[in-house]
Amino acid sequence: MNKRNEVLLQGNEACAMGALAAGMRFFAGYPITPSTEIAEFLSAELPKINGTFIQMEDEISSMGAIIGASLAGTKSMTATSGPGFSLMQENLGFASMAEIPCVVVNVMRGGPSTGMPTRPSQGDVMQTRWGTHGDHPAIVVCPKSVLECYTLTVRAFNLAEKYRTPVIVLIDGIVGHMWENIETPSTIEVIDRAKPTVPPEWYHPYENLPGGEITPLAPFGQGYRYHVTGMVHDRSGFPTLVHDEVEQCLKSITNKIKNNLHDIIDIEEYLLKDADICVVAYGSVARSAREAVNMAREEGIKAGMLRPITLWPFPRFHLEDIAGRVKTFVVPEMNFGQVYGEVLKSCPKKAVRVTRVDGELVTPDHIFAKIQEVSS
Amino acid sequence: MMRTTEAIYKYLRPDKKFPHMWCPGCGIGIVMGALVRAIEKTELTKDEIILVSGIGCSGRISTYLDFNTLHTTHGRALTFATGIKLANPELTVITVMGDGDATAIGGNHLIHACRRNIDITSIIINNNIYGMTGGQYSPTTPMERKASTAQYGSIEKPFDICKLVEACGATFVARGTSFHAKMLDAMMLRALNHKGFSVVEAMSQCPVQYGRRNKLGTPMDMMQWFKDNSVSSPAFNKIPPDEVDEQFPVGVLVNKEDKEYIDRYRDIVKKAGGEVQ
Repeated sequence: MNKRNEVLLQGNEACAMGALAAGMRFFAGYPITPSTEIAEFLSAELPKINGTFIQMEDEISSMGAIIGASLAGTKSMTATSGPGFSLMQENLGFASMAEIPCVVVNVMRGGPSTGMPTRPSQGDVMQTRWGTHGDHPAIVVCPKSVLECYTLTVRAFNLAEKYRTPVIVLIDGIVGHMWENIETPSTIEVIDRAKPTVPPEWYHPYENLPGGEITPLAPFGQGYRYHVTGMVHDRSGFPTLVHDEVEQCLKSITNKIKNNLHDIIDIEEYLLKDADICVVAYGSVARSAREAVNMAREEGIKAGMLRPITLWPFPRFHLEDIAGRVKTFVVPEMNFGQVYGEVLKSCPKKAVRVTRVDGELVTPDHIFAKIQEVSS
Repeated sequence: MMRTTEAIYKYLRPDKKFPHMWCPGCGIGIVMGALVRAIEKTELTKDEIILVSGIGCSGRISTYLDFNTLHTTHGRALTFATGIKLANPELTVITVMGDGDATAIGGNHLIHACRRNIDITSIIINNNIYGMTGGQYSPTTPMERKASTAQYGSIEKPFDICKLVEACGATFVARGTSFHAKMLDAMMLRALNHKGFSVVEAMSQCPVQYGRRNKLGTPMDMMQWFKDNSVSSPAFNKIPPDEVDEQFPVGVLVNKEDKEYIDRYRDIVKKAGGEVQ
């Protein structure tokens, strides 16, 4: 194998490099463990390419700044961890409501509250779905490796631009701080923001176009003067309380995701074709799960794995399909069972969990023991 | 000066936006008028202007004016504005905030925007109360004044907004009132032309939520109070401190040159070997 193009990278660095490759030119953030390397790396790299780096006064302002930058037409990102992610919920909801593309990286540490800053966790899964108030869409991608920190960050930007919505890259502290040799992809697909095809007087930033097409977001300052608000709005962006317009507004921000599940959802299947036991795992735990599946196969147990690469929208239909074939789901996580609950929704009574919340990784042995237990 | 009707047709948004939602006697409309007149005296086109507002009565200004307008979350106008200005420094970014918006929930963002001296013009409309939510006391409600959450009078010392932003590094600071509408135009024009972070505190009457509760009379009485107690800044400085009762200084209070944030960032780009555009 030709190793000349390989570089030793940390997950957080790869995430930052992926963002640059995707065309991100504005980063605002606030220091927090274990995500800070992303900000440190970008503070050195962005000025070199005339991009903007700013360290804001907190995570609330970081989120506000990236929404502002996006409205000015620049791909933008912030990165944080649990407590900071909690502070971002307010403006994250704004971005969902006002349909402003941006990317938020959350490198998970142990929670709740200050929790364990230097220990990993997967405790923010449900917060990425329901952290901000009200019904809203969520797209969350979850890498398991340094390479995926790169590729999924690129994908996060593509999804954000395509669907005009904030996208979260949910990394656990192990993957964020892990070092691996990777070859950065030589070609990547980059989706840039669509431009309005109509003149300003015809432009409505929240128009529902036929066929579910999403109205392009015109950058501020280019002749398309319009209003953006976090209030429920009409097709022109102005606050409304007219029943039809309210329903239209709220439906359109969620339907654009719901109607495109086939395009958004991404999963990895491993040895599932003949499996009796399906391990559902994501992030760093998926690496242990894969090993546990191999151990089970060596013992003659037909185990396989489903890895949701997009945690939200949750691959419910894939699970329902697999549920018809397997006897049991085993769900290992570094929390008390947040994805386990989602698995139960798709296939009641068929799932067991393996939880670990002491700040250490769920090991292959740990998962293998559970596989043995349910197979006997 | 452009005739009023022409300015209305040029800068106010047609259809569906009016009548506005401010109470009769409110001073915010006067402040909005001053802002429009100030902008009209610049060379700026409507496309170049980004108007960012927070939440509350003052936040609704963004709905009515025909610029690129952004109605943000409570207290966060300056954070969005910072992102816009940094991403496209060619744009003229104006924020409009209320007293609670700018100095309570948004206080942290305000002091840091001042410290950075980023080229944003901030209009802070100070009516000493949270009007929209029903008259709760704000960081600028004077001591002993009543509010719906200060039924026995406020026991908190109020902020002097101009002193606060001056101490934090704003390079242009001015105060006007809804009584001095034309002076407000002139101060806003100077703020718009100032390079760096500029603040215009526009004192404004809230007759419904603040005036009525504190028996301050009609909206005209409240404006008369502005007239009677405002003192031009040089004259105010001559009053011995122990003789200052309710008087307050108006006019341009700070006007100094300091390197602006984006210019400093351009130096960083050069140091890093990037190409400054």
